[in-house]
Amino acid sequence: MLLNIKNLHVSINGKEILKGFNLGVNKGEVHAIMGPNGTGKSTLAAAITGREGYEITKGEIIYKGKDIRDMAPDERANEGIFLSFQYPVEIPGVSMTNFMRTALNAQREYQKLPPIPAGEFLKKMEEKKQLVEIHAKLTNRSVNEGFSGGEKKKNEIFQMAMIEPQLAILDETDSGLDIDALKVVAKGVNALRSSENGFVVITHYQRLLDYIVPDFVHVMYDGRIVKSGGKGLALELEEKGYDWIKKEFEI
Amino acid sequence: MQKNYKKSFLLEQNLIHLFKEKKSELFGNCHPKVALSRQQAFDDFQAKGLPTTKEESWKNTNLSKQYEDIFQLDNPLTELDKSAGEIFQCDIHGFDTDVISMLNGWYYSPEGKQLQILENGIVVGSILEAQKAYPEYFDSYFDEIAKGRNHGLTAVNKALFRDGIFIYVPDGVEVEKSIQLINIVNRDEKMMINSRNLIILGKNSKLSFLHCDDSVNHNPGFINTLTEIYIGENACLDLYKLQNINNETALLNNTFIKQELNSRSKVNVISLNGGIIRNELNVEFSGEGADADLNGIYLMDHEQHIDNQVFVNHAVPNCNSSELFKGVLDDSASGVFNGYIYVARDAQNTNAFQRNNNILMKSTAKIDTQPFLEIYADDVKCSHGATVGQLDEEALFYMMQRGISRQDAYLLLMYAFTAEVTGKISIEALQSNIEDMIKKRLRGELAICEKCVLHCGHPDIPLEFEIDMSKV
Repeated sequence: MLLNIKNLHVSINGKEILKGFNLGVNKGEVHAIMGPNGTGKSTLAAAITGREGYEITKGEIIYKGKDIRDMAPDERANEGIFLSFQYPVEIPGVSMTNFMRTALNAQREYQKLPPIPAGEFLKKMEEKKQLVEIHAKLTNRSVNEGFSGGEKKKNEIFQMAMIEPQLAILDETDSGLDIDALKVVAKGVNALRSSENGFVVITHYQRLLDYIVPDFVHVMYDGRIVKSGGKGLALELEEKGYDWIKKEFEI
Repeated sequence: MQKNYKKSFLLEQNLIHLFKEKKSELFGNCHPKVALSRQQAFDDFQAKGLPTTKEESWKNTNLSKQYEDIFQLDNPLTELDKSAGEIFQCDIHGFDTDVISMLNGWYYSPEGKQLQILENGIVVGSILEAQKAYPEYFDSYFDEIAKGRNHGLTAVNKALFRDGIFIYVPDGVEVEKSIQLINIVNRDEKMMINSRNLIILGKNSKLSFLHCDDSVNHNPGFINTLTEIYIGENACLDLYKLQNINNETALLNNTFIKQELNSRSKVNVISLNGGIIRNELNVEFSGEGADADLNGIYLMDHEQHIDNQVFVNHAVPNCNSSELFKGVLDDSASGVFNGYIYVARDAQNTNAFQRNNNILMKSTAKIDTQPFLEIYADDVKCSHGATVGQLDEEALFYMMQRGISRQDAYLLLMYAFTAEVTGKISIEALQSNIEDMIKKRLRGELAICEKCVLHCGHPDIPLEFEIDMSKV
C-alpha cells in the first residue's frame, strides 16, 4: 500500500480537527475526498505533508511502509509526496525556472544523483509547459507573482509534472477555475496517472470528477470518513447535497 | 557656542590637540578655500563636539565606544610594504575598471603619480595634488555643496582630512571604463582616518564610479569619509558603494551630491559587513529635469549596526527622486533608516518616492525606520512606505513542500528580497558579482577579503539556485 492512514487524530491549537481518520491508497488508484466545508479536508493535506502547527495526537501515517510523522516537509516531498496547494504562494524575486531547478536538484541530491544537466532540464520544462498549456513567459516570472487564479492552479499541475511524485494530493485544485482551465488541469493530471502512483483529490464539488475519474469516493464529515463508495457516490452527492450526510451524522 | 556642560570625550580632546599641533602641516601649501574650510570646520567642531545619541539624527547610532578609544589620528605616509600593489589587484570578470587606491588614508599610486590625466582629459588623483594643479576647480566647486552642513564628525573631517581623491570629467566626455576606488586600511595600530573626495562631472559627461571600503585585518578602526559630487547639466553618474569592513570598524560615509539641469544620478549602497556603518546621502537638485535613483542593501548580523540617512532636496521644479532601501537584520543587529524628502515652495511637478523594507530574522534584531516629508509645493507626487517583517512562513513551507531544505529556502527568499535592488545595477558583470557576494554573505561565507572586496578570481562554489536558466 502506498499510503495507509490509521485512526488519525490531528489538532490545531488544541482543537481537534481530524477525529479518527482512516484511508488506504494503493498505487494506481485515484481517491476523491469530498465533504462540506470545515470538515478537515485541508487539515488532512497539511498533516500528510508535515505542515507546522498541525499536531498529530493519535494514529499514524504510513507511507511506502514507513511512518512519516517525524519527517520534515522537505524530506516527505523528496520521498515523493506532492501537494497541489489550494492557495499557491507568491514568491517575489524567485523565478519559476530557478525554483523548479532548485526543487529538482534537491530531489536528485536526496536520491544521490548528480544535478540535472541544463539541456535536459530545459527540455523537460518545455515538454511539461505544453502539457498544461502555460505560456512560455510565465516560467520567466517570479513564482506565482501576478498569476491569475487559473494560472496559479495550472502552475501547480506543471510543478507536479516536473517533480513526478508518487503520491499527489490535490487540494481544491478546481476552486476558482473556469471550465476550460478545469479541463486543462484534468488533462494534466490524467497524463500523469500511472500504475506506479496514487492520487488523493480533495474537492467540494463533483464537477472536477467528471474529468478526473476517481476509483473511490469518500465523504468526510466532522474529521473522519463517514461514507465511501465508487464514482457513483459523487453523483449522488451532487444530486442531494451534503445535508443528508449532516443529518445522518449530526451528533 | 561652547558646550561647556558636556563631558568631553577622549577622542574630542585628541582631535583638538592634533589640529593645533599639526596646523602648519594641514594648512601648508593649501588652496585658500581649503584653508578657510578647515578653520571654519574646526571652530564648528569645538562648538558642537562629537555627535551623541542626544542629537535627534544620532539617537539610534551610538559611537561612544569609539569616542573613548585611543586611535592613531595622524598617520604618516610610510614606506609601503611590497605586497601593497597586490592588495589592490582586483579583477571582476567581464568588468574592466581603472583602479585608484587609498591606503591608510593616503592616495596611493604604484607608479608614484599623485595626479594623472587619462584620455579625453579626465583627471584622477590625490585631492592634495589637485588643489595645487587645478586651483580653478577648487574655486568653483570645493565645499560648495557641503559648506555649513556639519555635524561634529563632518566638521572633524573638514578640519582634519589628510588626503582623498579628486576626479574631473570634462564637458562632453563619457568615461568608458568605470573608475574604482579601493579604500584599504592596513596597519597594526588602531586608526582613525579622515579623507575627503571631490568629484566633478562636466556638462553632458558620464561617469561610473565604484567606491569600495575594505578591511584587510580585524583591527578596530574609525573611517570618516566625506565626498562631494557635482553633476553638471545633462551629465550622468552611476555610483556604487561597496562596504565590507571588519566588525571592529566604524565607517561614516557622507556623500553630498548636487545635480544641475537634466542630470541623472543612480546610487547603490551595498553594505555587506561592518561593526557600525553610517551612510549619509544628501542629494540636492539645483537644476530642473534632474533625476536621482537612490538604492541600498544592508545585510547585518551579530552586533552590527547600520544607519542610512538619506536627504533629498527638491529645491527646484520638475525633478524625480526615488529611494529603495532593503535590509536583512539577523541576531542582535540593529538598523536605522531615515528618509527625509524636502520639496521647496516652488518645486512644482515633483515626483518623490521612498520605500524601506526590512526583514528581521530574529526577535533580537532591531530596525528604526522613519520617513520625513516636508512639502511646500502643491503639485507634487510623493509617497513613502516602510515595512518590517519576518520571512514569509507560507513561502518557506511552499518551497519545502517542493523538496527544498529549510536552509536553502531561507537563502532563496533572502536573496530574492535583495534582488529588487541588485536588479537596478546597470553594469551586468558588476551586478552578477554583487549578487554572488550577497549569496556568500547570506551563507556566512563572505570573508573579509585578503585582497579586495570583489573577491578577485576566486570562483564560487555554485549554489543550486545560482544559475538563472531564463538567461541561458
